[in-house]
Amino acid sequence: MSAPAAAPFAFTPANVEQANAIVAKYPQGKQQSALLPLLDLAQRQNDGWLPRAAMDHVAAFLGLAPIRVYEVATFYTMYNLRPIGRHHVQVCTTTPCWLRGSDQVLDACKKRLGVDVGETTPDGKFTLSEVECLAACVNAPVAWIGDDFYEDIDGASMTRILDDLAAGKQPKPGPQVKRQTSAPVSGAKTLKDA
Amino acid sequence: MLSDKDRIFTNLYGREDWRLAGARKRGDWSGTKEIMAKGQDWIIDEMKASGLRGRGGAGFPTGMKWSFMPKKSDGRPSFLVVNADEGEPGTCKDRDMLRHDPHKLIEGCLLGGYAMRCRAAYIYIRGELIREAETLQAAIDECYDAGLIGKNACGSGYDFDVYVHRGAGAYICGEEMALIESLEGKPGKPRLKPPFPAASGVWGCPTTVNNVETIAVAPTILRRGASWFASFGRPNNTGTKVYCISGHVNEPCNVEESMSIPLRELIDKHCGGVRGGWDNLLAVIPGGSSTPLIPKAVCDTILMDFDALREAKSGLGTAAVIVMDKSTDLIKAISRLAKFYMHESCGQCTPCREGTGWMWRMLERMAKGNATVDEIDMLLDVANEIDGHTICALGDGAAWPVQGLIRHFRPVIEDRIRTARLKPLPTAAE
Repeated sequence: MSAPAAAPFAFTPANVEQANAIVAKYPQGKQQSALLPLLDLAQRQNDGWLPRAAMDHVAAFLGLAPIRVYEVATFYTMYNLRPIGRHHVQVCTTTPCWLRGSDQVLDACKKRLGVDVGETTPDGKFTLSEVECLAACVNAPVAWIGDDFYEDIDGASMTRILDDLAAGKQPKPGPQVKRQTSAPVSGAKTLKDA
Repeated sequence: MLSDKDRIFTNLYGREDWRLAGARKRGDWSGTKEIMAKGQDWIIDEMKASGLRGRGGAGFPTGMKWSFMPKKSDGRPSFLVVNADEGEPGTCKDRDMLRHDPHKLIEGCLLGGYAMRCRAAYIYIRGELIREAETLQAAIDECYDAGLIGKNACGSGYDFDVYVHRGAGAYICGEEMALIESLEGKPGKPRLKPPFPAASGVWGCPTTVNNVETIAVAPTILRRGASWFASFGRPNNTGTKVYCISGHVNEPCNVEESMSIPLRELIDKHCGGVRGGWDNLLAVIPGGSSTPLIPKAVCDTILMDFDALREAKSGLGTAAVIVMDKSTDLIKAISRLAKFYMHESCGQCTPCREGTGWMWRMLERMAKGNATVDEIDMLLDVANEIDGHTICALGDGAAWPVQGLIRHFRPVIEDRIRTARLKPLPTAAE
């Protein structure tokens, strides 16, 4: 493991309580099943990334050999093993998004943030990533920031979203055009009298 | 066109309340106890008679799958695992069910879990769907509070729990054996079959893994009857289906329609047609990224069902229709899918681990014309060496789009290569 050194890590009392509730979902003796959610909990407590100390803490919490945790943390893309910007901007570029202009969205991000894919802005506010299919393809292109999806975006709306985040404002998630979720943009053609 | 009264997902777009009160108004959780009282065999027989085939891509008959679960426990508990790890490019139907109709899924968990004599259901939801997981958990909490699940679920005397388990970003976990590994807290590397999950699945216990849509349609089938469901679509391809139409249509959308609807009708009636008109269509990926594309000539008449698309050497998959008009660089489009599979390969099997990267690199060169014509056969050979030679179907799914591209559009690749070769060599700056 070459994760950067960091301060010691331990779950906050509130997170210990939450971690115990997660472990209780699984049959007795199968606490390893709680590993993925516990790593997510640790990452959220630690500014969005997992130092080795956090992985070791989760290993001890679940009574697992640390390697069982490392091999999971390195397998799944949602775990960040390096420090990450406050806003992780993840632009989907898989074919359904690409067909509807994800190149332009990514270019707008690079221009607005002044960084390339995989880089973090010097002020530590933004990290830009490409991400694989997010399962919102009828609302392509899609970007994932924080806990929300931003859908039906283009270069202009993406820039606006980044402006808002930079100014400390919370942009409205979901479709960025006038549209109800996954319904056709001109209005639902079915379920009208529902 | 399917009429609204025959649509199962009446809150597909989230126009109404997803909570229990709203769900009850739409008919969910009505007569659940009475359905359970008809018995486990009745439920499984009804599912068999409905003709429902799994909605996650493989299309295995659901009732038959349920019947594989042990009727008598050997001491081990049985589990239902719901695959909500939606991630097949093009596919975004489960997301709408999770966020707008979660009660259909939870009620389906109880009825399916009861029929299979399961102790609990674990819903494995992909990690990125954070808001959807919050909604689903809130809906589950409502069900516990209302006594619909948990001890003596719906007053039936049957105890049944439903849990949400979040993934962490890995397409491969949509493969049922990888999903089971991941649910056990391990890297999502598929296990060899046999043993099949019904014999030994999660924690070594009998397990059935079903797609969200498969489970979510079950309560309505059991309420309205197998014959109602079977009245839609063609024999062996029955029921209604939520289609996701993305790409170059005027109005991409999700819509529930009859199985076996003509592709052209689906696109013209629900999506405002192909961008630039039907004649501007180049090709369609009909069932999510793993299914081989079909050219316009096939699209003109093809029906959207398992058998029709298999005859056309493609597949219904998840019914995620990716439309590409004549402006599309098809080699780039398929190359991007190859990159996806390279990124998502778990690395266990050499053909997939190495082959997905080979295919992507070759396609990237071919997109620029930087290849020789005989390399097209080499690319096809790589795809064929992967297809059918890996533990799980990710390898097949990576090979099929490439095979489809070469099957239908070999001249496009040849032209690209020849045109690039005709261009004058770069000269020194003037």
